Amino acid sequence: MAVETTTGSRPAPAAGDGGSTAGPGRGSGGGDADRTGRKSGASGRLGRAVSRYWYAWAMVAPVVGVIGVIVGYPLLRGVYLSLTDADEANVERVIGVNHLPATYKFTGLDNYVSILGDSVFWDRLGWTVVWTAGCVGVTFVLGLTLAVMLNRQVRGRSFYRIGMIVPWGIPAFVSVFAWKMLFNEKNGLLNQVLDGGGIDAVPWLGDPFWAKVAVIAVNVWLGVPFMIVAMLGALQGIPGELYEAAEMDGAGPWQRFRNITLPGLRAVSSTVVLLSTIWTFNMFPVIYLLTRGGPEDSTEILVTYAFRLSFINSPRDFATSAAWGVLILVLLSLFTVVYRRALRRQGEVW
Amino acid sequence: MRRVTAVTAAAAVLALTATACGGDGGSSDNAGKGEIAGTVTYWDTSNDAEKGTYKKIAEDFEKKHPKVDVKYVHVNFGDANQKFKNAAGGNSGAPDVMRTEVAWVADFANLGYLAPLDGTPALDDAGDYLKTAAGSTRFKGKTYAVPQVTDTLGLFYNKKMLKEAGVGVPGSFDELKKSAKKIKSKTGKTGLYLRGDDPYWFLPYLYGEGGDLVDPTAKKVTVDDAPGAKAFARMKDLVDSGAAVTDSSDGQENGLKAFQDGDVAMIVDGPWDIAGAQQGKEFKDDKDNLGVAPVPAGSKAAGSPQGGWNLSVYAGTKNMRTAQEFAKYMSSAEVQQRTTEELSLLPTRESVYDKPSVRGNKMVEFFKPAVDEAVQRPWIAEGNSLFEPVRGQMDAVLTGGRSPEEAADKVGDDFRKLLKDQDYK
Repeated sequence: MAVETTTGSRPAPAAGDGGSTAGPGRGSGGGDADRTGRKSGASGRLGRAVSRYWYAWAMVAPVVGVIGVIVGYPLLRGVYLSLTDADEANVERVIGVNHLPATYKFTGLDNYVSILGDSVFWDRLGWTVVWTAGCVGVTFVLGLTLAVMLNRQVRGRSFYRIGMIVPWGIPAFVSVFAWKMLFNEKNGLLNQVLDGGGIDAVPWLGDPFWAKVAVIAVNVWLGVPFMIVAMLGALQGIPGELYEAAEMDGAGPWQRFRNITLPGLRAVSSTVVLLSTIWTFNMFPVIYLLTRGGPEDSTEILVTYAFRLSFINSPRDFATSAAWGVLILVLLSLFTVVYRRALRRQGEVW
Repeated sequence: MRRVTAVTAAAAVLALTATACGGDGGSSDNAGKGEIAGTVTYWDTSNDAEKGTYKKIAEDFEKKHPKVDVKYVHVNFGDANQKFKNAAGGNSGAPDVMRTEVAWVADFANLGYLAPLDGTPALDDAGDYLKTAAGSTRFKGKTYAVPQVTDTLGLFYNKKMLKEAGVGVPGSFDELKKSAKKIKSKTGKTGLYLRGDDPYWFLPYLYGEGGDLVDPTAKKVTVDDAPGAKAFARMKDLVDSGAAVTDSSDGQENGLKAFQDGDVAMIVDGPWDIAGAQQGKEFKDDKDNLGVAPVPAGSKAAGSPQGGWNLSVYAGTKNMRTAQEFAKYMSSAEVQQRTTEELSLLPTRESVYDKPSVRGNKMVEFFKPAVDEAVQRPWIAEGNSLFEPVRGQMDAVLTGGRSPEEAADKVGDDFRKLLKDQDYK
């Protein structure tokens, strides 16, 4: 029963999400146009579509408008700026009564050529991939393990559940600052504990290797609650009868986990992994607040570098920063497409 | 091709700024005769210990000019640059008068956000300003700010500890290294806390070797000349030999704490940390235990970077004349004397140093010699962005295994990238 609601209803909202604005309208409108097109000319087709679906379009219009203004316009503007040499000193500015017109030029793909020809981009990309894979991998395994543990009848289960959710309830920047204090090499709690055990102080944020470990650890800590909640939900959707039947057939705990739990989780976990990949790829606050990309750029990911270009450098380099933003968008879109393909090949309805 | 477009663009902007501001200057001259009035918004960036006094000082302007309403707004030092850029660039919410860090003036002026002050009431008795302080107010031949306070780095030392080790105050880093050995053997403590996390602290070592980041007149990047590598080598040597300890992050907190607790005998620091140092356990009951001397010399000279704060008038202010008068007031000898008496900040006017209350001030005694030797930084629009590459290479040299020469070369390459529109060699 429950398994039907999870696996059965899951793809439907996913499809709706994918095209929440245009999806339903486009789907039915297209079919209608095909049918009516055979009967009459273009104007009649349009007129009929309008008279038949005006209500749906009217309902969708505000959403389309809002998304166009808050997503579409900045996106297009960013893409345009990435093709120019715009920076803070040559964009249009109005200062009181003085009006300084824009003097930047269209430079075509110059920005992209120089970014892709520079080792800085490839270095950052390499670490960003490691960082994303590391964070998502560890978070997923940890979240799944904790969720499986919490899914049993244990004493104080609700207490544990609330405890696991707490990191989610704290604003990320507060947690990051707390972690930064723990990591402090000379006066931080972590090193004092190690010192008590006779271990030398670890330069948590001072050494490139340990800094990488530190930022991943903090991001895992921040990401696990979401993973637990999602996994718990999915686990509770797996019907108990399956486990009972498997036990009757003599399957051991590991076999049950591999053959019932994991397949039962796949629909949820594939979505969750995709989401957390995208979030982690662009996880700005953890890196920026913990290490500012240091030591020596060793923890700088793509987004923190784009931020540096457009906010820390002066004059702020809008064009190059926008080009980095577009490249990040392209990379994530490519990843999503490949990921969906892979899932579809495995028989997921998406 | 690129060069030509950049130059024409820069020229166009300059011309536009100049004409537009010329118009403003005219209107303010006309209004110059009557009594000033209206609201003036002032963004203050002083720290938590100072802001109460600054608020009072700013609001006392109303007593002199009853028709003026001063709106005091406190902005954190760390956010102030970004906030002002956002407000001025977006043409909404920028203050009439801004307390501007010395390195920001060129940056803001380059973007057309600041009104030139030459020939306006704001620039009063300009000959009285210390030369170094006045240098930071000029950009491309015009004055865009008036100096308010100045500062520089000095060597803080723990008198008792140096005495116990039987060493004097080191005049050079070589001497410091030798003293550190004695301090270690006599007291078991480390000689120096070296700020390895903040690129500003690279400058005393660089100046000490006779180098500089860039040479703006010759349009040349100079950080990768011999002194740059020597400066990195000097820092590395101090740390590797055990004469100094360092951190690659949290240096402000860790350094001050190590000095307060007597874990280190010396630290290179600025006047803003005097009050903090005196709250530490080594100095709380014995304020005289804290000594301040000029930054030790390198192999060529002793030099520390000039810091401080200026006052700028926003080019888009609706109340130009009042804003100019307010800037003049905040930079006046009277106000500077008051900030020294109440906050121990260093004045920027020669005449203020002659006042008995200022001359007798302990901090002024400490820092005046250092300020006199302070090195002016390159006042160019990109000045602020030059620090990021230095920070990265400081990390690489001090905690990674990069050689000082490689690090200096890398910084030089990064500088050329940042300054590519200006055609630096």
